Amino acid sequence: MSVNTPTQNMPARNTPTQGTPPRKVRRAPGRKRRNLVGYAFVAPLMLGIGVFHLYPMAVTTYSSFTDWDGFNSRHFVGFANYSKLILHDTLFHTVVTNTLLFMLGAIPLTMILALCLATLVSPQRRIMTVFRLAFFVPYVANVVAVSVVWFRLYSGQDGVFDTLLAHLGIDGPDWLVTSPWALIAVIFVSVWQGVGYPMIVLMAGIQAIPAELYEAASLDGASRARRFFSITLPLLTPSLFFVSISQFVASFQVFGIVYVMTKGGPGNDTNTYMLQLFNTSFADGELGYASAMAWLLFLVIAALTVIQWRLQRRWVFYG
Amino acid sequence: METATKVGVLRVSATGTTESGGRTVAGALQNQKVLRGIYYAFLTVLGLGFLFPLLWMIGTSLKSGPESLSDATSVIPRHPTLEGYRQAIDVLPRYFWNSVKLAFLNVVGLLVVASLAGYGFARIKFPGRDVLFLVVLGSALIPGIVYLIPQYVVFRDFGWVDTHYPLWVPRVMTPVFGTFLMRQFFLGIPKEIEEAARIDGASVFTTFRRVMLPLAKPALATVALFTFVDSWNDLLGPLVFLNSPDLQTLPVALALFQGEFFTNTPGLMAAATLTIIPIFVVFLLAQRYFVQGVVMSGMKG
Repeated sequence: MSVNTPTQNMPARNTPTQGTPPRKVRRAPGRKRRNLVGYAFVAPLMLGIGVFHLYPMAVTTYSSFTDWDGFNSRHFVGFANYSKLILHDTLFHTVVTNTLLFMLGAIPLTMILALCLATLVSPQRRIMTVFRLAFFVPYVANVVAVSVVWFRLYSGQDGVFDTLLAHLGIDGPDWLVTSPWALIAVIFVSVWQGVGYPMIVLMAGIQAIPAELYEAASLDGASRARRFFSITLPLLTPSLFFVSISQFVASFQVFGIVYVMTKGGPGNDTNTYMLQLFNTSFADGELGYASAMAWLLFLVIAALTVIQWRLQRRWVFYG
Repeated sequence: METATKVGVLRVSATGTTESGGRTVAGALQNQKVLRGIYYAFLTVLGLGFLFPLLWMIGTSLKSGPESLSDATSVIPRHPTLEGYRQAIDVLPRYFWNSVKLAFLNVVGLLVVASLAGYGFARIKFPGRDVLFLVVLGSALIPGIVYLIPQYVVFRDFGWVDTHYPLWVPRVMTPVFGTFLMRQFFLGIPKEIEEAARIDGASVFTTFRRVMLPLAKPALATVALFTFVDSWNDLLGPLVFLNSPDLQTLPVALALFQGEFFTNTPGLMAAATLTIIPIFVVFLLAQRYFVQGVVMSGMKG
């Protein structure tokens, strides 16, 4: 898609038809009207973006430099919110660490699992629809509903996992309230729930690879594994790149799973960025401070996305 | 070019019976059948394992309270009962209708705004169009939380906190992804169709409504589905903007009141099942569009 559609064959000026000396009468009659029609079509959207995106963004930007609590008048505090977050707020540091650990676990796992599943379900046969559906369903399922289910599965007393482990003679931990396990449990659920979307994207990528390439490779005696690593994987890098970016942005914003399953606990072991942002703004009412957190999140996502774009030259192969 | 057409042909035949590139000699057919059997068996086991939490949810929702305790791990209830559903239905209808109402408002409103804007950006030339479209795309890149906080304050000033407005008006008015998808779709419709209508004297709006919209059904369906799922599954919005229990939506009710409302696991699992079923039904009905939509949005970044 191109944002810059071919330029219109009209001058930049927009003079009324009457009164101006006719230079080149190339302008269609009623162009001005047509412009108005154009604006009318996009007006609701642009109004919405202005009121619900641009204006709030400006407010967030300004608030992030104030000590605003949402009610009383705000005082400009310069970069104090930012420096406090970065230099002094130990809870914030914990939250950032947790979020990074979460990403470190969830992103590679999701990518690998998505690639395996996509490979498995990509043959274009009717029955595959059923399997695709099976792996995709958690993605559209309600995050609260599935978190409630997983909460029970993880339970230490009568939970399914620990009961099964007990049959094997293993004393399972109380997953969601035991230190390293809680985060692992959260990562596991998030991979399970989130893998469907990248799977579909990768599957589409695999299906777009010309079958001739595989045929030629088979004739040359390439094994299945060889075909996968020499054809599928390189030709799939654009899709993998897209998936990695979207996973990345999404994993900064995990909320539902931790909100329902652990509330950030035990201690603050599973307290992630979004949950802390939510608590800071709507439980503690520190809107200025939370605005700085929101901006910091945006800046980090933007910066890391740019870095990924830069790095793509090293590994993304556009055939 | 030659390759492309050939692939197309191969693909069509591949959807039938043969695996893509699978022209095998007759002797190997038997062997391949066995392999295919193993393949499907493997996928089935994997799929069932994957769906285990949801199967367990449905199974447990059909157990009696005592059975859910004595036999917590089994998926198939020994003495199925609707007790859990009875409990869930005692509690849920209000939240269910709140969710349905919001999903409806979101889907309908968003389709109107997104199709109008998508058409405007795709087919009407007006000064500043490309700049405006860049603004739209740019605003898609900013995480929602950045404007959630001031939105909250603005809505508080409007007196909208603890009403349903914040849960549909902003979403309906800022359909960034929907507009993008609609625009892409309209760009792909041949200009001639529209020109014919225009020559017959139809206005821009009539052409849009009578000619283009009916053609855009697949795109509309995709956008509608995404919006429905988004709205139905929204957790953060209701948590932030609503206080009154009466106004809450299904997911929030489930999250907040699980201990309070549901005295036993089957009731809670029945409620969870009821929360997922509408999504599942809608998804099944329009699965093709949805996957198409994921692919479209996925490829376009």
